[in-house]
Amino acid sequence: MKRRTFLTAAASVTAVSGPSPLSAQPAPAIGTLINGSLIDTNVSLSQWPIRHSWAPTPAALVERLKRHGVTSAWTGSFEGVLHTDMSGANARLAESCRKDGVGILIPMGTVNPTFPDWEDDVRRCHEVHGMRGLRLFPNYHGYALDDPQFAQLLAAATRRRLVVQIMLSIEDDRSQNPMLTALPVQAGPLVELMPKITGARVMLLNGGSRVLGGNVSLLQGLVAAGVTFDIATLEGVAGIENLLRRAPGVRTTFGSHSPYFYFESALLKLQESALSQADLEAVRSGNARNLLRS
Amino acid sequence: MNRRTFLTSSTLAAVTAPVRSHAASPLSLVNPPTDPAASAWPSSDLRKLGAWDIHSHVGTPGPNPAKRMEALVKIADRVGVERLCICMSPPWQHEPTPEQFRQSNDDVLAILKEWSSRAFGFVYLNPTHTRESLDELERCVADGPMIGIKLWVGTRANAPVLDPIVKRAAELKALILQHTWIKQRGKGNLPHESTPMELAELSGRHPGVPIVCGHTGGGDWALGIRAIRTRPDLYADLGGGDPVYGEVEMAVRELGAHRVLYGSDVSGRSFASQLGRVVGADISEADKRLILRDNLRGLLLPALRRKGITAE
Repeated sequence: MKRRTFLTAAASVTAVSGPSPLSAQPAPAIGTLINGSLIDTNVSLSQWPIRHSWAPTPAALVERLKRHGVTSAWTGSFEGVLHTDMSGANARLAESCRKDGVGILIPMGTVNPTFPDWEDDVRRCHEVHGMRGLRLFPNYHGYALDDPQFAQLLAAATRRRLVVQIMLSIEDDRSQNPMLTALPVQAGPLVELMPKITGARVMLLNGGSRVLGGNVSLLQGLVAAGVTFDIATLEGVAGIENLLRRAPGVRTTFGSHSPYFYFESALLKLQESALSQADLEAVRSGNARNLLRS
Repeated sequence: MNRRTFLTSSTLAAVTAPVRSHAASPLSLVNPPTDPAASAWPSSDLRKLGAWDIHSHVGTPGPNPAKRMEALVKIADRVGVERLCICMSPPWQHEPTPEQFRQSNDDVLAILKEWSSRAFGFVYLNPTHTRESLDELERCVADGPMIGIKLWVGTRANAPVLDPIVKRAAELKALILQHTWIKQRGKGNLPHESTPMELAELSGRHPGVPIVCGHTGGGDWALGIRAIRTRPDLYADLGGGDPVYGEVEMAVRELGAHRVLYGSDVSGRSFASQLGRVVGADISEADKRLILRDNLRGLLLPALRRKGITAE
């Protein structure tokens, strides 16, 4: 049956007819027939303390990502959010990615610049674990992006050519457990800071409605400053398409916030937007790859 | 043809007529076959299924309501959403006056004239204005093409002023969609914003009347599901929150899949993020089919039949 014929026929019976034509077989993995690379820049290991996860083990995480066509996953650890033994958390992250990541999980260690001797955590991430980047949680670690400590950390990471991912929020602040609250990180200070640190490579994760869908002048300022984004919390119909229209030149990457979110929510966003081949490839992998190479 | 006849017949046409080709075809235009994203569903299961969306708003841009709906339908087609329950129209008004909710409903009526093959209308009411709300229910549902009621944040769901509206809805077989959210454990809610707990109170006063718990409490869905668990006439709308893993699984486990509905809360939310939570849930394929389509279809059938539409 031709596609148009099928659609017309299906539509004519949808409301009032019998069973729908969903195939009886289990749904295939979404990305199995997608060609080319897919880099997920927003993946985490370990459990977020108030949620059950679809990936109780690194192996389970990798299996699902692979099944959906992910070729590389930039992976942090939720241990880095609340643990104070940061070097231990980073070592476990690196080991898990090495042991179970089958070349897909790329570890992104965490550094808290309010901790004593945080500089050595940066060194270990880079020199000991061979990490390509860091993942920061300023709102849980007690600093803002206009604090001098953050500027020092960004400069230290930049000297080592590390990508710095800043997770603006982990969960909706309207529904956090009252014993575990953190307001979203304010990204505005990056507009002035980035030009002062030549070569800084910054990616904002979970920008969502506050950055990607919020004040357009802030968004454009961040874009002009060279900040990269991910789509995990990008909302609104045809969200990627609209983002590219609102902020021409925006560099956004595919991020799923897995396994806190359902992975499939991010993947379907690629289908919801009408993107040129070039834009699609940039979101799927090109922008992430370029950030590592820059 | 008088007005009632016209409205009823147009609704009948809406449900029996084929989808207009221009409404269903943009997929092939915007996602050419060479586009990898177009093959993200290699067996097209979602499109074949044709999801029914309990919770959508036509907030897409356009010069008039019908054009805004056209823009929304184009996007819905890309991800396999076939039918949308639409309600309210921008500007969003928390506590609308009767004039304001009538105007909002006029926009939905205008959309239904053009897009009744894809949309079901839910009349927006503010029960604080009880008499006017009942009159509007008559205009848009009893005498018009709409088949449901949308209640937002004008009145708490447990307020007695809702009782006559629920009773009339039951007579008309109109499905009620009541917004709920739990912000900061209820302390952050808007002054008249309902919680699932309050909706459970309302349901207790109206046994046998199906009501959809909009958002099921939002981000604090685990509390929302608990709150409606013992009320068999309450249905969980999954839409409108972040796609946090676990909600669908818990809803199916605690309520049964037959009480769970896919909803998106577009256009503020994404079809994709909300579909993804069902598609990706660790539940059976049969349950996904119920959630994405069959449950809502079953809930709407009484209203459709009331308007003379043969369901099978």
